[in-house]
Amino acid sequence: MSQGLVQAGLRVNAQTPDATDLSRRTFLKYGVTIGVAMGGGLLLGFSVPAAAQHKRGNAARAVTIGDAAPQPQAGVLAPNAFIRIDRRGRVTLIMPKVEMGQGVYTSIPMLIAEELEVPLDSVALDHAPPNAKLYGDPLLGGGQLTGGSTSIRYAWQPMREAGATARVLLVTTAAQRWQVDPATCHAQQGAVVHAATGRRIGYGELVDAAAKMPLPTGVTLKRPAEFTLVGKPTNRLDSPQKVDGTARFGFDAHPAGMRYAAIVHCPVLGGTLAAVDDTKAKKVAGVRQVVKLEHAVAVVGDHTWAAKSGAAALDPTWDAGAGGTLSTKDIADDLAAAANKDGAVAHEEGDAVKAFGAARQRIDAVYEQPFLAHATMEPMNCTVHVRRDGCDIWVGTQVPGFAAQAAQKVTGLPPEKITVHNHLIGGGFGRRLEVDMIVQALEIGKQVGTPVKVFWTREEDVRHDMYRPYYYDRISAGVDGNGKPIAWQHRIVGSSILSRFAPGAMQNGVDADAVEVAAQLPYAIPNQRVDYVRQEPRTVPTAFWRGVGATRGTFVVESFIDELASQAHADPVQYRRELLREKSPRAANVLDVAARAAGWGEPLPKGEARGVSVMHAFGSYLSMVAHVGVDPQGQVTVKRVVCAVDCGMTVNPKTIEAQIEGGVVFGISAVLYGEITLKDGRVEQSNFTDYRVLRMNETPPIEVHIVQSTEAPGGIGEPGTAALAPAVTNAIFAATGKRVRKLPVGEQLKTA
Amino acid sequence: MTTLTINGKTHTVDAPGDMPLLWVLRDLVGLTGTKFGCGIAQCGACTVHLDGAAVRSCVLPVAAVAGKKITTIEAVGDTPSGRKVQEAWRALDVVQCGYCQSGQVMSAASLLATHPNPSDADIDTAMAGNICRCGTYNRIRAAIKHAAKEV
Repeated sequence: MSQGLVQAGLRVNAQTPDATDLSRRTFLKYGVTIGVAMGGGLLLGFSVPAAAQHKRGNAARAVTIGDAAPQPQAGVLAPNAFIRIDRRGRVTLIMPKVEMGQGVYTSIPMLIAEELEVPLDSVALDHAPPNAKLYGDPLLGGGQLTGGSTSIRYAWQPMREAGATARVLLVTTAAQRWQVDPATCHAQQGAVVHAATGRRIGYGELVDAAAKMPLPTGVTLKRPAEFTLVGKPTNRLDSPQKVDGTARFGFDAHPAGMRYAAIVHCPVLGGTLAAVDDTKAKKVAGVRQVVKLEHAVAVVGDHTWAAKSGAAALDPTWDAGAGGTLSTKDIADDLAAAANKDGAVAHEEGDAVKAFGAARQRIDAVYEQPFLAHATMEPMNCTVHVRRDGCDIWVGTQVPGFAAQAAQKVTGLPPEKITVHNHLIGGGFGRRLEVDMIVQALEIGKQVGTPVKVFWTREEDVRHDMYRPYYYDRISAGVDGNGKPIAWQHRIVGSSILSRFAPGAMQNGVDADAVEVAAQLPYAIPNQRVDYVRQEPRTVPTAFWRGVGATRGTFVVESFIDELASQAHADPVQYRRELLREKSPRAANVLDVAARAAGWGEPLPKGEARGVSVMHAFGSYLSMVAHVGVDPQGQVTVKRVVCAVDCGMTVNPKTIEAQIEGGVVFGISAVLYGEITLKDGRVEQSNFTDYRVLRMNETPPIEVHIVQSTEAPGGIGEPGTAALAPAVTNAIFAATGKRVRKLPVGEQLKTA
Repeated sequence: MTTLTINGKTHTVDAPGDMPLLWVLRDLVGLTGTKFGCGIAQCGACTVHLDGAAVRSCVLPVAAVAGKKITTIEAVGDTPSGRKVQEAWRALDVVQCGYCQSGQVMSAASLLATHPNPSDADIDTAMAGNICRCGTYNRIRAAIKHAAKEV
């Protein structure tokens, strides 16, 4: 296995591109020289502790499909799938999750360090190889994926257990050596200490003996009151290389002899290449080759500019196919028509039909949410080297295992010949759960021979994303004499991402993602019927987007609850509180915390108002209060966002704050501006000029209040985005009386 | 052949005159800290310093920069404002995915070099051209103010 532990993207000398990705042999030599190779054991990937990483870059080491758990050589203690300790006492965490900004390269090491009793900065990271049995996430159907705000929920128990098991093993080993009762010894700062005699022995000196000991079972984990690291605000370990340019993303991969390939996709979604005149392209200096694909053409050159210039000089002829006239309106019409069908029942409680008969008033609404692009800062890219005898892939992906499987399929090579060099991810948001760009690069790589970096320009990235689906929701409530809902009917119509991504997760025609939140309301409503109608948007590919089902569901539910509060002439916070108090006390609590912190009810100038939302998903509870201003011309400004979050026990409060702040910013971009539209089968947006995202001057102060909790940890990457939109649109309603039922807000309020 | 002064060193590159500096730095010189984000000077990921001023290297033809002093993220820590900005970024835990942060650091360092005590309006003006999809904006603002105290 150690042969596979090659580090991609290890920088030796930033001045010489050819040296940036070292060959295996070079790395070994280099590793020995600088002492990265561990005594008798593993080579490290995202190796070395933070201080040393700073100088050395950080791309993850390579992994080979079909690998078992990394089997260390002599002298390295491997008490479980996650921990390696070498003779020098150095600890390596085999990292089952990937870093895309969410802070897991800090928070997951914290869990290990806490129980293993080692300093946090002594824990090095190494990416787990594709092995779903060892590194799969039960919260994601056992898949070895990073997404869905599951990383900490998944890691909380197994990582602490892994750390504690190793610690007990080392303590027992030391006690045996000293011939003392293990109960009289304790672990401290990477060593075992026998306090009575003042003896102390480092972990490294124990690894050989410990490897021969039976593994302890049923170890006792620390009580939260005993935590010294978990729950304490901790700075990220990956900051240094992200502020000095040494961090390596997929786009920065540079294997020796690499060429560059610019992609031109058929502008019509689903269209194909009929022919291409590449005469002019081939005359561009530095252009080497033109590669035809079913839906695209690639121009291969000596550098990005040659490839890009060559691509601009192509004269392709496209066959638009069935989608050649498709417009956004066609898709919206499809969805509206599908909403008249009966859906697959996602949740049924009481008798909604009967209860509507008994209601004093019926309230109906339709909500629509647009296609959205991910627009990760790092555009899509993938570098491959496809050879007859093997294949290497350099990419930043949320799904390294899927990448390796895709390579097997495209190249026909056996698993052991395929190596994935995973990298830091320059923004995931769900986009890098997909392997379309990897498959495409492999197809090009098969025709090129040399290593080749396939890159998408921003325009290609926006126009050929896999989009957050357009959703159409029809929702109705029947209220009693007090304005409280006694009947609730909600039909969700839209694309089923799960049907494609994880067909096994579909249950009786219900896409659990599409109905998330809607099918598990935190509110006590006695009679409910929630159903789902699958309607695919013809040629438009769809995929997960930050906040997934909870983002789309929370917008509808929290907007509609606000409508009911308004109909009842009730205060939106008070109205929610009464419906939450008994059924969802944690939700009611965050609502109260957010309202209090935001100064709910305090007067604001004319044209300004507050709006509130409540969200329960990913095992977390959030409430958000947005303070919004709408000027006489209808221009909307978000002035302040206050969030209360109960995500159970916390690992790193700094990460939680950062993720909520980021989620809010991502959410504001979407609620105010986010929209992908189609005309003549083509996406109309192209770059940040017309797919607008929030900038610093538009970003409001964001306050995050974390509720102390002893509950199990909840997810935090997505809730901030999920809760944001309705807080803003409810504030717009409070300020103007205009209910925004179709996103984005865009120009809807413009008066001139 | 074009001769460039990058981070105090002289480089001679074989690049067409219209090739943007960004690709010269990344593909020919091997300095990959400067990032590609949009290609049309809309996102700031490609920001470098030209004679100390922040410029978007994705739209800057290499022919236009010969003879000028180019500083990239790899060497901005050697300047007083760059060093303070990087320290502040680490102290305030600014980064998330990190992809845009080279450009953010370069824009902030240039701002502080000319405005040692920037107002919020100065910060908005200098930083509005740098997009961060992870939403680190408020931390960036705080870190610039933190660095300003130290410059």
